[in-house]
Amino acid sequence: MSATDQQSVSSGPPKVIGPMQRREMWLAYLMLAPTFAIILMIVAGPLLANFWISVKPVQLADLRPPTVLVNERVRGRPAADGDEATLEYRLRNSSRTEEIRNVVVKDQVPAGFNVAVVPDVCALDGRALTCTIGTVEPGWSERLRLEGTVTEAFLSANRPERASEPEVSGDANNVLTNFDFTFENFQRIFSADEFWSVLRVTFYYTIFGTGGALVLGLFAAQLLNTVFVGRGFMRGLFLFPYVSPVIAVAFTWVVLFDPFSGTVNALLTKMGVVSDPINFFGQRAIEYSIFGIQMEFPLALTTVIAFEAWRYFPLSFLFILARMQSINTDMYEAAEMDGATPLQQFWYLSLPQLMGILSVLFLLRFIWTFNKFDDIFLLTGGNAGTRTLTVDVYEQGFALSNLGAGAAVAVVVFVVLVTFATLFIRFSPKEEGL
Amino acid sequence: MRPGSVLLTAITGLIWGVTAMVVIGVTLTLITGEVALPQATAAAVAGSLSSLIFVWRQSSTAAGGLPAWALSASVLFLVLMAATFAAPFGLPLNKEPVWQGLALIAFIFGVTSANHLSLSGASLGAMTRYEREVVYICIAKGIGFVLFTIVVALPFYVMVMTSLKSQQTLLANPLDLSIDFSQGLYGLFRSYVELFTEFNFGRYLLVSTFVSIATVVLTLAFSVPGAYAVSRLRFPGQAFLARSVLLIYMVPAIVLVIPLYAVFSQLGLRNTLTGLLIVYPATTIPVALYMLQGYFRGLPSELEEAGLMDGLSRIGVILKITLPLSLPALASVSLYVFMIAWNEFLFAFMFLDDPDIFTLSRGVVSLNSSEVPRQHLMAGAVIATVPVLFIFLWFERFLVQGLTAGSVKG
Repeated sequence: MSATDQQSVSSGPPKVIGPMQRREMWLAYLMLAPTFAIILMIVAGPLLANFWISVKPVQLADLRPPTVLVNERVRGRPAADGDEATLEYRLRNSSRTEEIRNVVVKDQVPAGFNVAVVPDVCALDGRALTCTIGTVEPGWSERLRLEGTVTEAFLSANRPERASEPEVSGDANNVLTNFDFTFENFQRIFSADEFWSVLRVTFYYTIFGTGGALVLGLFAAQLLNTVFVGRGFMRGLFLFPYVSPVIAVAFTWVVLFDPFSGTVNALLTKMGVVSDPINFFGQRAIEYSIFGIQMEFPLALTTVIAFEAWRYFPLSFLFILARMQSINTDMYEAAEMDGATPLQQFWYLSLPQLMGILSVLFLLRFIWTFNKFDDIFLLTGGNAGTRTLTVDVYEQGFALSNLGAGAAVAVVVFVVLVTFATLFIRFSPKEEGL
Repeated sequence: MRPGSVLLTAITGLIWGVTAMVVIGVTLTLITGEVALPQATAAAVAGSLSSLIFVWRQSSTAAGGLPAWALSASVLFLVLMAATFAAPFGLPLNKEPVWQGLALIAFIFGVTSANHLSLSGASLGAMTRYEREVVYICIAKGIGFVLFTIVVALPFYVMVMTSLKSQQTLLANPLDLSIDFSQGLYGLFRSYVELFTEFNFGRYLLVSTFVSIATVVLTLAFSVPGAYAVSRLRFPGQAFLARSVLLIYMVPAIVLVIPLYAVFSQLGLRNTLTGLLIVYPATTIPVALYMLQGYFRGLPSELEEAGLMDGLSRIGVILKITLPLSLPALASVSLYVFMIAWNEFLFAFMFLDDPDIFTLSRGVVSLNSSEVPRQHLMAGAVIATVPVLFIFLWFERFLVQGLTAGSVKG
């Protein structure tokens, strides 16, 4: 360390980054680099790529890029040393709509095959064959024939032409990387009638699913906030829905509520509660009337929301219980002395204490419920009026094979999400972070 | 005697009577397969009468005679039997007499003890608001316990029992969820045997185990240095990085699916476990990093400084001091990541087409077709659930810690 450096250190905290700190900084960046690389690659990259794909006319079938397909075979049935034979390459453009440029075929001529005639486009160097074909039209196909004679080495080998695979290279228009843009995807999803109903269903699902999970969690936490025998067991049991794999519980619900062989429907009909089985996951709405006004009750959506609340209440339960157990009990004793009733204690003491964790949980669960795909997809497949935005991404991209439109819906999802996040960050309470 | 208090007592008894009757009747149906018709009205009458007797007896000053609970229990029994013509569950008593007897005992015990718990402070005279609210809360809690237990346990019960049935019994009576031992051990576990022999589930189990463990290893390899850097080393942008990691939580997987599908298809990674093992750690690293850095911050930094002074390098400090101290956190992060990878459905479903490399989630989805009987689907669900639940129950303390410490993705 030079004298001036030492002086700057002694006269107060250093303003520049010293060598030791620099080493620490580089070490930190080095340790974080792999994490950042993989997150950029798998999360940030695809997020941006969505915007790109959403303005491109990409179908699911376009993902297989056009290539030249090669089939190599020996013709002429050579039987003895010195017989004439033909080595034939059949080439074909796999695409009927796209041309391929700079097509080059490379292969090793099999051992024991003495080439006499080589096609014009090909050059033979030793046994290395290089055929420069250039641009080929959509639907193009051609045969390249190498005439020659065979030797014993060729005949004794088993299918000698298979010894080396022909290598093909060529540039094709890749619809993912070219510069064709279109707004058709967005026009298509916004002009579809169902888009607005999808948006509405998404919000119902998100709001009621979140609310249900929170209320159930709060109730369950109240139940277990006392000491009794078997409390640990109950707590474990209450967490089951959350830790089990989604496929297991979703299919169990489907089996449980099945209109023909489901336990719930059998109970309801045999005990005379309802006359006909109810198709909980398949019926869009039940009509009923109150004072002569026709109303609809969205049955499948309600069942899906109930599943959401059932599956995720353990999370809020766990957090709320942890918070409850950290509340100081002196407060309750004082309130008890002052004659506060149990409900008053809950309303005026517990709830204000829990407000922080409740609002944080609400924000988190709101975003995660909005993001949820698996549950609805497995329960109803997005039918019967339960298609949310996330299921719509799958529906457009994979069921209808229109990747561009799917990406466009994904962009909508992302934009809505960023809007929420901004609103939440602006208005969220600062006291309790997670 | 206050009419309000009498009403409250009667209604409490009524609620207990109806609740106990419906729950026990349905349970009886599911256990025996005989359709019980719970006599809710009779139970309501019997419940309210017995609760009135209970409160009257406990507040009456007369000494001697039966204690309050015994008196109310006998009243409950007599009224119930009289009102239902000795068929409390709508079944003749000679059908399943043992189960019916047990159900009756459970009913009487349940209602009497519920009355005892909720009404021990009640009286038929004037009650204060405090005393009344204690009764309300007891009712709410009782119903809450019953409802939560049923709602949580019933699907799992149905899952296990359905998987042990055969196609015919399932169609003949969907209510019969009893275990039929007469079909022998093989008949009982037939769907499981078939899943492992004909549906390749042994392989799925292996693939899932491999993928989950590999995800845990990769995630720890990436997130331990990252978390250490964020929590211990000083560098520009540290606070920003620590917070922005959390934002990754908020990105929905479905938004990533289309670009990843497109790119992985072109790179030939789509239908491979390598592809899966690139995506899974990427989704779990942020969670793991966040959980670990919180724990690392809590460790006393003096220990590490002492290590540095004694000539260890940073890597040495991490390996010899920090990691051994944070074993509990590593355990909970590992278990948690294992569960995420094991339960993951979306990417496995989108990426894997080849049955040889199906994970369990993907394998169970392939059972969901009209050609595969329901009990196979449920057996698949049980196979997928049991390892996770086993891990969860075994390491519950670690896991609950992990769940609350890192908050959770899902």
